[in-house]
Amino acid sequence: MNPGIDLQASFVQALEGFGLTAGAAKTVWIPLPMVLMVGAVTVLALVSTWLERKISAAAQQRIGPEYAGPAGMLIPAADVIKLLFKEEILPAKTDPWLFAIAPMLVFIPIFLSYLIVPFGQNMIITDISIGVFLWIAISSIAPIGLLMAGYASNNKYSLLGGLRAAAQSISYEIPLSLSVLAVVLMSNSLSTIDIVQGQADYGILGWNIWRQPIGFVIFWIAALAECERLPFDLPEAEEEIVAGYQTEYSAVKFMLFYAGSYANLVLSALMVAVLYLGGWESPIPVGLLANLIGVSEDTAWLQVITASLGIVMMLFKAYLMIFIAILLRWTVPRVRIDQLLDLGWKFLLPVSLVNLLLTAGLKLLFPVAFGGPV
Amino acid sequence: MNLADGVQIVSFALLAAMMLGTALGVVLLDNIVYSAFLLAGVFISISGLYILLNAGFVAAAQILIYVGAVNVLILFGIMLVNKRQDFVPVEKAWIGKAATALVCLGLFGLLGTMVVATPWTLSSAPIAGDDALVVIGKHFFSDFLLPFELVSVLLLMALIGAIVIARREYLPEEADQNPQLTVPERPRELTTGGNR
Repeated sequence: MNPGIDLQASFVQALEGFGLTAGAAKTVWIPLPMVLMVGAVTVLALVSTWLERKISAAAQQRIGPEYAGPAGMLIPAADVIKLLFKEEILPAKTDPWLFAIAPMLVFIPIFLSYLIVPFGQNMIITDISIGVFLWIAISSIAPIGLLMAGYASNNKYSLLGGLRAAAQSISYEIPLSLSVLAVVLMSNSLSTIDIVQGQADYGILGWNIWRQPIGFVIFWIAALAECERLPFDLPEAEEEIVAGYQTEYSAVKFMLFYAGSYANLVLSALMVAVLYLGGWESPIPVGLLANLIGVSEDTAWLQVITASLGIVMMLFKAYLMIFIAILLRWTVPRVRIDQLLDLGWKFLLPVSLVNLLLTAGLKLLFPVAFGGPV
Repeated sequence: MNLADGVQIVSFALLAAMMLGTALGVVLLDNIVYSAFLLAGVFISISGLYILLNAGFVAAAQILIYVGAVNVLILFGIMLVNKRQDFVPVEKAWIGKAATALVCLGLFGLLGTMVVATPWTLSSAPIAGDDALVVIGKHFFSDFLLPFELVSVLLLMALIGAIVIARREYLPEEADQNPQLTVPERPRELTTGGNR
């Protein structure tokens, strides 16, 4: 396994070349990936709002945003500027503190979860051993923010929306975690890097989607429900409860909710790519092609190509999933709240338990194909 | 002192202050909803302390279970039980509060002396760090097997009990009171606690 490009090591080395100590050089490095990631995630979320408009327009045989920039690409920027300059409205008898904290409680955990999303062998902010478990744990904070928003707004629709959102994300977190657990069982590790490397050997044939088809479907359904995407967007079902917990929010606080929901969608799609679609690996392994041409894997230019291809692959897979999610949103009707909870507790939960059991059994039977003993 | 130590000390001070502040808020504030939200702050700062102690898995589990499950359930309980009741001011309520404060301070003093007086023996084993997950798993299935299985049986009992209470398919006192005028189906009102 070739290590690929290690930006941190080269950056630290370069700074040491300028006469800095190793500690100081690392201190300069630390904030860089974080700032880069926050910026990149914001852009990715904005891109998906643009995609949402364009694909919904295509689904309804409209054109969609057209005049703001090429193909309406500046619409997200216009959105941001508009929301930044809007007036902050605080409805009467709200709880000002909780009203202000709630959007942050929803927004911060989502951005924090990007810590563990890998774009390459060393293209990750931190490769910690608990990896995906950190994502599951951190994303369980968001329901508190939703309940807080619902309570603080002093509006019965908000409260109903907040309660629905919390109930929904608690219900769907369990099948989600169980299907992640099945993948972890095969990779013998929670680290996202190890999970991707477990799928790296045979190109597209080695991806987890072939070994975990049931888990993949369960994960995607549960992820859609966690993101409150349309078949499951009960918390903000506009015909019933106006806009759910967001009803009373405006300006920047609304933007936090809005950006948070799209960032969460991108995060879920990226996690699908990591867990089931081979992460940054190409369908045909680059190493194989390089060997065919006769180029060593350690060549500098090849490593640059591999790294950029990894990022492109990761984003391509993620946006493929986002495309499916958006298409689902504009073609599928909304489920009722009892159907939603039935699906979660009576169908997905047992099926995901069976999937876990099946994976464990297959791992014992065919250790070669399913992870094998540690 | 290098950078890592400084960061550690500063974050310990911040986490400790946050934990004490939120915990006092849970106890002292009158609004029960604030108390419930601040409880999440207590749990999050505890998990931060776990991270400082190199126990990443325990920290994540703390957030998942206490913040994500227990605290959300508490909030659900508070928000669904919407009982508006005016408190009747009690004469000389300060006596009760003073007694509570006295008992709490006494307990605090007792525990504090215990912590200071006990000669703690520090383990010399190397910190598990990233392997903690594997070590915990091995303990669960060797020397801690019995407690682990007992806890799982306890949780199963709670689960089944909750389902039995929630389903209420057969209510003995109602079986003979209401003649069957509807189609044989479980009436909806029972689940919401209507006119029973």
